[in-house]
Amino acid sequence: MAYNDKMRALYQEQLEGLKAAGIFKQERYIHSPQAADIEVEFPEGSSLRKVINMCANNYLGLSSHPDVIKAAHEGLDRRGYGMSSVRFICGTQDIHHELEKKVTEFLGTEGTLLFPSCMDANAGVFEAVLTKDDVMISDRLVHASLIDGIRLCSAMHDTFKHSDMAHLESKLQLHSDKRLKMVITDGVFSMDGDTAKLDEMVALSNKYEAMLLVDDSHASGFIGKTGRGTHEKCGVMGKIDIITTTFGKALGGASGGCVSGRKELVEMCRQKARPYLFSNTIAPVVVAGVLKVLDILNASTEGRDKLERNAAYWRKGLTDAGFVLKEGDTPIVPVMLFNAKLSQDVSRALYDEGVYAVGFFFPVVPQGQARIRTQISAAHETRHLDKALDAFTKVGTKFNILGKTKQEIIEMYGN
Amino acid sequence: MDNMKDMILKYVIEEYMEEGGDPISYDTPLISGGIVDSFSMVSLKRFLENKLKISIPDDQATPEAFDSVNKISDLVKRFVK
Repeated sequence: MAYNDKMRALYQEQLEGLKAAGIFKQERYIHSPQAADIEVEFPEGSSLRKVINMCANNYLGLSSHPDVIKAAHEGLDRRGYGMSSVRFICGTQDIHHELEKKVTEFLGTEGTLLFPSCMDANAGVFEAVLTKDDVMISDRLVHASLIDGIRLCSAMHDTFKHSDMAHLESKLQLHSDKRLKMVITDGVFSMDGDTAKLDEMVALSNKYEAMLLVDDSHASGFIGKTGRGTHEKCGVMGKIDIITTTFGKALGGASGGCVSGRKELVEMCRQKARPYLFSNTIAPVVVAGVLKVLDILNASTEGRDKLERNAAYWRKGLTDAGFVLKEGDTPIVPVMLFNAKLSQDVSRALYDEGVYAVGFFFPVVPQGQARIRTQISAAHETRHLDKALDAFTKVGTKFNILGKTKQEIIEMYGN
Repeated sequence: MDNMKDMILKYVIEEYMEEGGDPISYDTPLISGGIVDSFSMVSLKRFLENKLKISIPDDQATPEAFDSVNKISDLVKRFVK
């Protein structure tokens, strides 16, 4: 047994350090389907508590939609539970191919390849299409999964300041000698809720002959007038070379992701992307569910329209109450607290008031920018939002942060 | 060589520092201090190569060699003709 007392003590000390710093993460056990109202066991062993969920990626409220559940049941019956294979051996069913075609139509691209998750799509896409002769230029706030994929690629990597187009242009000029250049961004930034300037990025990419990759995981299904994503909102449908996105958020919330874009790039991923080649296919039951989700979204924009109204209502309510928010117009509304421990304490106090909203702190967000990230859903009714606003106001009063500026909050609690 | 150090310091401040951040000196740890991540070091290396018309071999452009303005200046001096 190599795992000796010395090793155990080393890890125990690290874990105790996280607890002492007030940044130890604990799971909360949910005993109900994903929804606006959920039943939660927290801490472990305590009685169940009914709370309003304000932190799910269930933007369109489709995670437990009866039509999606029914379609998943039918998919389970018709195509079985598992495939026991990666895609290219014997893991591709007709419905996987059908979903790839439907996603392509939905996003307005040339082709699509499914991955077990968007994390996997991002892990595999760069090494599949770039080499050491190329350069990747990414926004400094892109999602961790993109950073991991970039790390796995032999191409040179550089960054530009968040949403700073002049800085991006300077980097495109700096790396003008590279064989291929790829600009990389989130569509909607997951922790801040702001939107990439894709129209300007397309123009710059054209000017400097760069490809553009967008991770639209926090946008697919609801951003843009018909929910196609950030490229629809910015008026650049058909002009993004690669879109990566997930089915684990608005599009049913189960699992799975994809690379969608120029057909040659998608085909390179099919030939070379390691998470596609060496990880299991998406379960048929999930594929059947996502197919139904796309049918629902193609039939009506009712869900994304309601989500847009809900998000505006929620943002106005928090602003009127006196919280410091990150600016934006998406369903991600970060309530800024700056101090890591304060974010945990506020989260716990909200839970006691019947609201489930998690605090985020370094390294998930930059040092000194701890926050409660609230996420609005089309599953929320006005009564949910009003009750949650009451709880936030009560907790904000308790911690004396309402009407306070960033500087005043930092003076009280540190950052 | 102070001109070179100042040029590097100015670039680091403009490229990597947040507004209102603590001031940095020639000896401030850049990479081990979390100001510059090892990815972003690439742009600093390319900036110096373009500006000074030099080529720094990848095996010498280590995080340790780029960890302060003084260290970067020492490294660059070896390649300036």
